[in-house]
Amino acid sequence: MVERCKACGFCVEFCPTKVLALSSAFNSKGYHPPHVVAPEKCSGCDLCGMYCPDFAIYGQRLPMVREEAPAGTVVANLEVGRES
Amino acid sequence: MKADPRGVLTGTHFLDGDHACCEGALAAGARFAAGYPITPSTEVVERFASRVPKVGGTFIQMEDELAASITLQGAVWGGAKAFTVTSGPGFSLMMEHIGYAAMTETPCVFVDVQRGGPSTGLPTLPAQADMMQARWGSHGDYEIIALCPNSPQECFDLTIRAFNFSEEFRIPVMFMMDEVVGHMTEKVIIPPADQIEVVPRRKTRKPVEEYLPYGTNGDGVPEMAHAGDGYKFHVTGLTHDEHGYPNMTPATQDKLVRRLQSKIHDAIDRITLLEEECLESEDIVVVSFGITSRVAQRAVEMARERGLKVGKLRLITCWPFPEKRIREIAATTKAFVVPELNLGQMVREVERAANGKAKTFSVPHAGGSVHRPEDILRVIVEASR
Amino acid sequence: MSILDVTNPVEPFLRTDRMPHIWCPGCGIGTTVNCFARALIESKIDLQSLALVSGIGCTGRVAGYVKLDSFHTTHGRAIPFATGLKLANPKLNVVVYSGDGDLSAIGGNHLIHAARRNIDLKVICVNNLIYAMTGGQTAPTTPGHAITSTSPYGTCEPAFNLPHLVEAAGAVYVARWTTFHVKQLARSIGEAFQKKGFSFIEVISPCPTLYQRRNKLGDGLDTMKYYKEKSKVKHGAPTSEVGLTMTGEIIVGKFVDRDRPDYQSLLHAQMVESLGECYVEPSETVCSCS
Repeated sequence: MVERCKACGFCVEFCPTKVLALSSAFNSKGYHPPHVVAPEKCSGCDLCGMYCPDFAIYGQRLPMVREEAPAGTVVANLEVGRES
Repeated sequence: MKADPRGVLTGTHFLDGDHACCEGALAAGARFAAGYPITPSTEVVERFASRVPKVGGTFIQMEDELAASITLQGAVWGGAKAFTVTSGPGFSLMMEHIGYAAMTETPCVFVDVQRGGPSTGLPTLPAQADMMQARWGSHGDYEIIALCPNSPQECFDLTIRAFNFSEEFRIPVMFMMDEVVGHMTEKVIIPPADQIEVVPRRKTRKPVEEYLPYGTNGDGVPEMAHAGDGYKFHVTGLTHDEHGYPNMTPATQDKLVRRLQSKIHDAIDRITLLEEECLESEDIVVVSFGITSRVAQRAVEMARERGLKVGKLRLITCWPFPEKRIREIAATTKAFVVPELNLGQMVREVERAANGKAKTFSVPHAGGSVHRPEDILRVIVEASR
Repeated sequence: MSILDVTNPVEPFLRTDRMPHIWCPGCGIGTTVNCFARALIESKIDLQSLALVSGIGCTGRVAGYVKLDSFHTTHGRAIPFATGLKLANPKLNVVVYSGDGDLSAIGGNHLIHAARRNIDLKVICVNNLIYAMTGGQTAPTTPGHAITSTSPYGTCEPAFNLPHLVEAAGAVYVARWTTFHVKQLARSIGEAFQKKGFSFIEVISPCPTLYQRRNKLGDGLDTMKYYKEKSKVKHGAPTSEVGLTMTGEIIVGKFVDRDRPDYQSLLHAQMVESLGECYVEPSETVCSCS
């Protein structure tokens, strides 16, 4: 899914709680995929998922506390929210 | 399988070719037609519009031939046997969608009741000048089957054949009538439904995971699925692979178009329908089709009365062209005489197939009426010198 | 539930064996597909009886990427194909998913006739104001003075106001959103599924590679920000007033939601009135083939 990203920036811009930013990492096509910078702010609204034209990202609020997923693989695939 | 009796108007009738064609379609199981009015074909769909609500089916008059020629294909993928009817100017408009039917292997029938052309031409008068167009009218390499009836009875019988070929080979079939055959009224005998063979849609029974929409079977014809059957398949006019997915590479193109060609060429003996008369060691063979064959019959009789040895070959299947038979006859005859209501179309195919082994004489006619037997006789006499 | 159990709700609707798709960075077509997928989930439509028909163009490629019975037809003729499909099998839910050039230029005649007849089709028209696939030529929807590859000095033709056109032709549901309005678009698509008759949803979408770039309007993100800033939601606005310009206001919303009998109801009523008991319903015998 990281590979699908074309760094259009929609998810970063339209996340209502500014959870995402474009990373400095590259995918194999040379794009900077987004990464989670503020996971605690993710409400699981999934607007990122609805905006993404490349079906590369999706957000959901999970019911339990999670470790950060290993970087570079699942990070740009989904976001993890934490119950407050 | 046997025809559905609800669509078969069993009995002895007095019908013109257009009306008989409609009955043939109903007998073949056609329950959907999309049309656009154009002389001299309109009666086919007018009758269908009148008959089909009592048989159980749909007719819709679309806004133009572009729409009609694709609406019928949507209906085919929705599960129906479907056709449309037109003449020269409409046939030209339908060309893109004939190509689409060939490419997507959509079984359907296009009836062209030929009239004088080009352009608006002679709307109410006959011609046979769309014959090359029937074969080559759309862009790209593709095959079609074209049948030519020469009587209202044949308009009934051969329309059923046309539908059967379309289903067997998943191909658009051109039913090439002409204005005279379409508007002449003769006795038409429609047999009981259990005496009429119809070819059912070649639907797949494979489970969803195994089904390939354009997977090749032994005879090169893929099994079909309809929208709503649960296969979630994709159909496209782009060059595609066995999944039906666009795959625009030379390798896929080669495989696909060659299969579209070979599924017909490999079965050409079954598709070729001819009527032959006295073809053993004749000096002249008159090759004709459609209404011209009725006039040619008279000319052949007149020539025989003068002592000339003349045989007659009637092309019922005009495309794929029966080159094998022509080649065989060319080896034992002096000349072909090819009368047609155009300035020389099928004669080119005869000449090509004869390959110099026999001479070829055209009897052209610009259209607007049929030949007089004397016109054909004159060329027979000339050819025999 | 572990991280790996979570999947994007759009995935089951995609032909994942064909990903990634061909659309450009910043193109909005993929966004509309997300909204379409959400609408399908929300409305609990039976996917087996859903068919999607598209024409030619960038939006036309949607048919090849969705995991449904999908038909990629000829340029401009998705609507008549869809009409045949629907009439032959009325149980199908038929969606037409195509672009502005395909539907309103070459397909314009079929668009207005299907709306006139009120054929039960759900038409999603992704309007990127240009012919994108072929390299950025002028479309009937391209706003005045825009630079395109066939109007290198700027267009001078007035553009179609599509909601106005289809309302006048007879559509029963007409809405316009942009790719910024993801939630509203998904909701509109869902409403169209509940509606019998000709529904038309226009989605204004960026074409950053051609339309926006040639007219120096920024990239996809800039365009989305423009949509956010300049869109005004006006439900029920008179469609005559919702024309578009290159950088002006974009009126969005549900403009038309009315009731008219759909084509098949009209046909049925007419046949029953004329033929009474002699009328045989098409759905009984339409599949004359097995």
